[in-house]
Amino acid sequence: ICVSEMLQLPLVVTAQVDLLLVLVSLLAFWTRLSHLNYPNAVVFDEVYYGQFVSLYMKRVFFIDDSGPPLGHMILASGAYLGGFDGNFVWNRIGAEYPSTVNVWSLRLLPALCGALCVPLVYLLTLELKFSHLSALGAAVLLLLENSLIVQSRFMLLESVLIFFVLLAFFSYLRFHNAPSSWLILSGVSCGAAVGVKYMGLFSYLLLLVVASLHTWKLIGDKTISHMNVCVQSVHRVLCLVVVPVLLYVFWFYVHLSFLNRSGPHDQLMSSAFQASLQGGLSRITRGQPLEVAYGSQVTLRSSVSQPIPCWLHSHKVNYPIRYDNGRGSSHQQQVTCYPFKDVNNWWIIKDPGRQQLVVDTPPRPVRHGDVIQLVHGMTSRFLNSHDVAAPMSPHTQEVSGYIDFNVSMPAQNLWRVDISNREAESEVWKTILSEVRLIHVNTSAVLKLSGVSLPDWGFRQLEVVADKLFKAHSSSLEWTVEEHRYGTSQEQKEREAELHSPTHIDVDRKISFWAKFVELQWKMLTVKQEESEHKYSSSPLEWITMETNIAYWLHSSTNAQIHLIGNPVSWGVANLSLLAYQLLAVVYLLRRRRGLKDVPDGVWDQFVCLGCVCVGGWLVNFVPFLLMDKTLFLYHYLPALCYLYLLSPALLEHAHTHLLSSVTHQRALCVGALAVLLSIFLTYRTFCPLTYGSPELSAHQLQGLKWRDTWDILYRRR
Amino acid sequence: MAKAECTPKWNTLALRNRKTCPTPEKSFQTTFTPVSKDKNSQTAGHLAGGDTQSSNGPSGQFLARESIESPSKVLLMLVAGLSFSTRLYMITEPPHVCWDETHFGKMGSYYINRTFFFDVHPPLGKMLIGLAGYMSGYDGTFPFIKPGDKYENQNYWGMRGFCATLGSFLPIFAYLIVLELSNSCTAAIIAATLLIFDTGCITISQYILLDPILMFFIMAAVLSMVKFNQQRYRSFSASWWLWLVLTGINLAGALGVKFVGLFVIILVGLNTIWDLWRLLGDMSLSLVDIAKHFLARAFALILLPVILYVTIFAVHFVVLNKSGPGDGFFSSAFQSRLIGNNLHNASMPEYLAFGSTVTIKNLRIAGGYLHSHWHLYPEGVGARQQQVTAYLHKDYNNLWVVHRQQDNNSQSGNPDLVRHGDIVRLEHKETTRNLHSHLHEAPLTKKHFQVTGYGINGTGDANDLWQVEVCGGRKGDPVKVLRSKVRFLHRATGCVLYSSGKTLPKWGWEQIEVTCSPYLKETPSSQWNIEDHINPKLPNISLSVLKPNFLEILLESHIVMFRGNSGLKPKDNEMNSKPWHWPINYQGLRFSGVNATEYRVYLLGNPVVWWINLASLGLYLTMVAVASIATQRGFSLGQQRIEHSLVLVRGGGLLMLGWLLHYAPFFTMGRILYFHHYFPAMLFSSMLTGLTLDILFRSADLLLHPPYSYWFQRAGQLLLLFSILYSFYLFHPLSYGMTGPLAHEPGSAMADLKWMDSWEF
Repeated sequence: ICVSEMLQLPLVVTAQVDLLLVLVSLLAFWTRLSHLNYPNAVVFDEVYYGQFVSLYMKRVFFIDDSGPPLGHMILASGAYLGGFDGNFVWNRIGAEYPSTVNVWSLRLLPALCGALCVPLVYLLTLELKFSHLSALGAAVLLLLENSLIVQSRFMLLESVLIFFVLLAFFSYLRFHNAPSSWLILSGVSCGAAVGVKYMGLFSYLLLLVVASLHTWKLIGDKTISHMNVCVQSVHRVLCLVVVPVLLYVFWFYVHLSFLNRSGPHDQLMSSAFQASLQGGLSRITRGQPLEVAYGSQVTLRSSVSQPIPCWLHSHKVNYPIRYDNGRGSSHQQQVTCYPFKDVNNWWIIKDPGRQQLVVDTPPRPVRHGDVIQLVHGMTSRFLNSHDVAAPMSPHTQEVSGYIDFNVSMPAQNLWRVDISNREAESEVWKTILSEVRLIHVNTSAVLKLSGVSLPDWGFRQLEVVADKLFKAHSSSLEWTVEEHRYGTSQEQKEREAELHSPTHIDVDRKISFWAKFVELQWKMLTVKQEESEHKYSSSPLEWITMETNIAYWLHSSTNAQIHLIGNPVSWGVANLSLLAYQLLAVVYLLRRRRGLKDVPDGVWDQFVCLGCVCVGGWLVNFVPFLLMDKTLFLYHYLPALCYLYLLSPALLEHAHTHLLSSVTHQRALCVGALAVLLSIFLTYRTFCPLTYGSPELSAHQLQGLKWRDTWDILYRRR
Repeated sequence: MAKAECTPKWNTLALRNRKTCPTPEKSFQTTFTPVSKDKNSQTAGHLAGGDTQSSNGPSGQFLARESIESPSKVLLMLVAGLSFSTRLYMITEPPHVCWDETHFGKMGSYYINRTFFFDVHPPLGKMLIGLAGYMSGYDGTFPFIKPGDKYENQNYWGMRGFCATLGSFLPIFAYLIVLELSNSCTAAIIAATLLIFDTGCITISQYILLDPILMFFIMAAVLSMVKFNQQRYRSFSASWWLWLVLTGINLAGALGVKFVGLFVIILVGLNTIWDLWRLLGDMSLSLVDIAKHFLARAFALILLPVILYVTIFAVHFVVLNKSGPGDGFFSSAFQSRLIGNNLHNASMPEYLAFGSTVTIKNLRIAGGYLHSHWHLYPEGVGARQQQVTAYLHKDYNNLWVVHRQQDNNSQSGNPDLVRHGDIVRLEHKETTRNLHSHLHEAPLTKKHFQVTGYGINGTGDANDLWQVEVCGGRKGDPVKVLRSKVRFLHRATGCVLYSSGKTLPKWGWEQIEVTCSPYLKETPSSQWNIEDHINPKLPNISLSVLKPNFLEILLESHIVMFRGNSGLKPKDNEMNSKPWHWPINYQGLRFSGVNATEYRVYLLGNPVVWWINLASLGLYLTMVAVASIATQRGFSLGQQRIEHSLVLVRGGGLLMLGWLLHYAPFFTMGRILYFHHYFPAMLFSSMLTGLTLDILFRSADLLLHPPYSYWFQRAGQLLLLFSILYSFYLFHPLSYGMTGPLAHEPGSAMADLKWMDSWEF
C-alpha cells in the first residue's frame, strides 16, 4: 500500500532560489575566472609558491617558514589536475610559461575560492541578521574590489585564506542561529584557514572568543539542565578546538608522508630526519655501523643549522702568526667548520691510551664520559685547544690541530664525550642519534661553533672555538656523527685512500611521525630568513590609506601591467564605516549606561554581534602587524579589509532603520548609497586595465591612474 | 558536590542579601543586555558584588577592619624589620663595581659634576642616585669604568643604601596591598614573606640600579590606587584626595625612572576607567557629579603626573649644563646650550664657502653626522665602494671639504661663497674620496639608491656632483652655517641625500644608513645643516644660535631616547634572555665575579618562591574559573564562599592584570631583554600567590570537616613558611656573595643546589 501511495504522488521539486545570490555568484565567477591564463607569465609571488608546487610534483622535501603546508597542497593539487609535471624553473617574475604548463589549472583553485567569497559574504550578512539588500551591498563591495580580484586570479594564497575564514564564520553563525551540524564545518574551516597561512590564526582566535562568549551565556541560562550544558560545551570544544588541532596535524601528516625524497632544504634538518628521506643522507649513511667505537672514522656535524649546516673540518694551513688587529695566535693548524662535504671533514676517534687507529674486533664502543682524542684523517693532527684567544671571538679559546713548535706549548688534546640526550637515546655514542658535547679535559671548555666566519686567511669558513662558559642547553655546543665507518687501515697512505672512498654499507633508520612533525614545526617557526626591505614592502599604517601598491607584472615589451591596487572608493567607504561604528558604539554605550535606550534590546544585540565579528575581525587582522618585525606587503591587509566590507552595508542599514526617523532623510541616504555604489563601479572600471593587465594603456593614461604620488606605476621607455 | 551540601544553610542569608540590594543593582541587571553582559562577564560579577558590599554598608567593613587591625600592626612591624635587615645586610659587599652600577653610578656622578650625558631612560632614577651620593658625601670623582673596579675610599655606600632602602619598602607595600585587597592578614603575610626571602629581590635591591627605585614607585602607585579604591564611599574627602594625588605622584615617579613605568600607568588607567564606568551606572549621581569625578581624576592622574614629569626633565636640563659624552646625539641648537661644547658661544665663518672644512648634520632628530671611513660595502651590497653612513658621535671622519666641480687647488684671495643652486663636490677629508651615488639599491632601504665614497684625491666622475639647495631659499642665496636647512641633490640621478634612520648591520659598525632618495618630498631626513665650519681665510663671527625652547628640548630628548631604546638590538652571538625564561627562573645574571677565586654575586630568584608563584598562577586561573562558572550557573554559595570568590575575581583580577601588563609586552619587544626586566611582574605574581594560597587553604573545608580543615589550613601555612625559609637558607649565598669553586665543579658548597643546568653560579 505504501508503495502504491508513493507512486501516486507527483514527483515534485520545490526549490527556492535566491536570484540575487545567484546573480552575484555568476558575476563573481565572471570577474575572477575570465581570461585566467592571461598573462601567460609568472606573476609576482607565483615565483615563490611555484617552486614549492614543483617540489610537490616531484615529491621532494622542502621547508617553507611562511606558512603551514595546506596552502601549498591546494596549489599543488590544482597543478596536478592540470597535469603539471614540475619541470619548470621558477626563477624570475615575468618569465613566460611554456606551452606544456597548464596555466589555467594552476590558477583555478585560488580563483574559485576568491569567487566563492562573494556569495559567502552575502550569506554571512544574512546570518548576522541583516537584510538581503545589505547582503547584496556587501557582496557588491567585494565583487568590485580590484585588489581582491588581482589577488584571486593568480597562484597566491590570500583568497584561499579569506574563503576559509569567511566559511568558518558563516557556518558558526548558522550553527548559532539554528543549532545543527554546521559547527563541525566551522571547525574544519578553521583548521583549513590556519593550515593555509598562520595569519588564519587571528581569525580563528576571534571565532573562539565569540564562541566562548556564546557558551558563557549558555552556562548562565538556568532553564537548561546541567547535563545539557555539559554536553553542549563539550560539543563546542570538540568541534572548535579538537577538530582544528587534529586537522592541522593532519596537513603535516600528508605533507610529510607525501614528500619523501631528499632535496635542497635537507640540510636544515637534523641528521635523523634527513636519514628518513629517500636519497640524500640516507643513501650515504645507509648501513653505517651504529655505535661509534675507538678507531671509527667519522664526520661531525654541528647541530646548529645557523647560519648554515657545517662539519668539523681542518686543513693544512696554519693560523696566521698575527691577526690584522695585532693579536697573536698559536700558529697551529686551523680547525674550522665547513659547510660542504669534503674529505677533510673526516676525523678518527682514538683511545688516548693506545697508539692504533683501527677498530678492534669486537669494536669497543665509546660511552658517555669516556676521554678520547680526535685525529684529523688527512693530516693526522690531533684536535687541540689551549689558553689562546680564538681568532674572531677573543673571549673564547682557540681550537687547533696540534703542531709541536717546541715553544713550551704542550699538547692539550684530550676530550671528554658528553652525550646530552643520553636519557632519550643511550649511554653509547650512536651515529646520527646521539648529540655529543666534546669537553676539553684540561680547561673544561666545550667545543663550539661560534657562528662567525673567518676572514680570507681562513677561506671564509666558520670559526670553531672552545668556550669556557658552561652554558648548558645552548645548542651550538652539540655535534652529531653523520658519516661513519670502522677504520681498518694501519698506514696513513691506506687511510687516505680509505677516506676518499665512499661509504657503503646499508641499514634503514626510522623516526616517528611525531618526531618529524615536532622538528619540522619547530624549524618552520625558528628558521629566520634575512629580513630585508623589499621594493614594494610597506608598513601597516600605509595600508589604511592605501599609500602603497605592488607591481605584480609588466609585459615584456608593452606597457600592459598588473598592479595590486584596491578600489579607492570602497577603501574610503570601509574606513568611514569603521570610524562610524566606533563612534556610534561609544555613544550608545554611554547612553545605555545612563539608562537611555536608543534602540530595542534585540537590535542592540544585533549591533553588538556585528561589531564583535567585523570590527573585531579587522582589529585582530590588523593590529598584530603593527607589532611584527617582518617584511610586510599590502596584501596582508586584505583579510582585514573583507571584514570592513561586511560592516559597511550593515551599518548603513542600521542607520537607515534606527537612526533616521524622517522619510526624506531615509530617501537621501538611499540615494547617497546608490551614488556611492555607482562611483565604486566606475572606479572599478577605471582601474580594470591595471587589474586584468589588458588593454594596454599609454603612458599618459597610466599617469592619469596614478591617484597617489606614492604609487609606483611603471612606464616602459621606448 | 560539597558545595551543594552547604548551600541550604546559607541560602536564606543570600536571599536576604539580595532583597536588601539597593535599586542600582536591579536597574543595572535589567539594562544590561545579554551580549554586553557576556563581554563584561567578569565585570558583571564585579558590579553585583560591589553592590552587595555596599548593601552591607561601610559598617560591616569597619567591623572586619577592626578585628584585623591589631595583629596587622605587629605583623607590619615584623615585615618592615625583616625587610630592612635582609636588604641592608652586607650592603657594602662586594667593594667593587657590580654589573650595571658601571652605568648608573657613572650617571649619578655626572649629576654631581653637572656633565651632560645621554641615556635611554628618563632621568629621575639617576637624579635620585646622584642626590643620594651627594648627601652621603660622594664627590663624583670615581670613574665607574667597568664592573670589577675597586671603590677604594669612595663613599659608595650612600647610593647603595638608598637603593636598598627603597627596595626594603617593596615587601611592606606588598603586605599593605594584599591586606587591602583580601582583608586577610595571612594572605598579606604570605605575599610579604615571599618577597622578603626572595634572593632575586634582595640582590636587585642592593646595588646602584634603577630597578629598586622603579619598583618602589610602581608598588607605591598600586598601593595608593588600592587605598583610593577603598575610599569610594567617601568621595572628595581629604583621604580620598590624598590617595588620589599620591597615585598621580607615584605614576610620575615610575615613568620618570624608566619607560616601563608606562605599564603601571596603564594599570591605573584601566582601573580608573572601570571606576568611572561604575560611577556612570550609578543613577543616584547626577551628570554634574560624574563630571566632577572625571575632572578630579583627570587632574590628579593625567595633569599632575605630566607636570611632575616635565619638571623632572626641567631639573635635568638645568642641572646638566656642561658639555659631556652625550652631545652628539642632539641637534646643533641643543648643543649650543652646553658649556664647553664648541657650539656654545660659537665663533666661525658665517657663510659656507668653497674650500671650507665642515661637518654636516642631518636634521632628523638623532640623525647623526655625515660620515665615511676606510671600510667598503661588503660584497652583495651594491657596489663595493667605500661606506658612507651617519654617525652620532663626534669624530674626525665626520669632516668633509667643499669643492667646486673641477678645481682642487686652493685659490688665493677670499674664497667664493656657496650659493643656492651651486654644484659642489664633497670630499671626505680623511680618505679623500668624494661623496658619490649611483643607480644601485641602498643596503637597507631598497627603494633608494646607494651612497658611497668614490675616487681618490678629488678625481672622480660625474656621479660625484651634488647641487646645493637651501630650503625656502632662492637662487643665489648664501648658505648660513648652523641656521640654513640644506638639501643635496644628486646631479646625475636627481635623488636627494637622505638619512633613513635604520641601523646598518655589523659590517657598517651599526651606524646609520645614508641613501639617496628619489622621492623629493622635503622631510627632516633629507635636510642637513652645516655644523662645524672651518675656513682660515674667512673671518670668524660669533654666532648666537637660536636657543631652542624647553618644549623642543623635551621632545627632542624623548625622540633620542626612543631611538636609543629601539637601537638596543640583541647581538647575533650573545646568549639572549627570552621572556619565557623568566617565570621559570631559567637563567640568572652575573652581578659580579666569574671565576672560582672571585667574590661572586648571582641574580637569581629563590627557585622555591618563583616556582610557587608559577604554580599559583595556574591555581589562580583554575580557582577563578570554578568560582565564576559556579556563579554564572547560579549555584547558591555560602556567604564565606561568595566573599572568597569576590576577592579572587576583584583583588586577584587586579593583580593578575598587573602581572600581565608588566610581562606580556616584553614578548613583542625587539630590543635586547634581560632577566631583571621580570621583577616588576614578579612582585604582582607574589602578591597574587599570597591571595590565592590563602583562599586555597581556607577552602579546605570543601573537602575536610571542620577540625581537620583547620589543621590542614595551619599545616599548609606552616609548610609554606618553612619551605620558603629553608630555601632562603640554602640560596642566600647567591645574594650575599660566595667564593670558592663554581657549582658544577667538585667541592663546591653550592654543588647540590644547581637544580637547573642553566644556572651559572
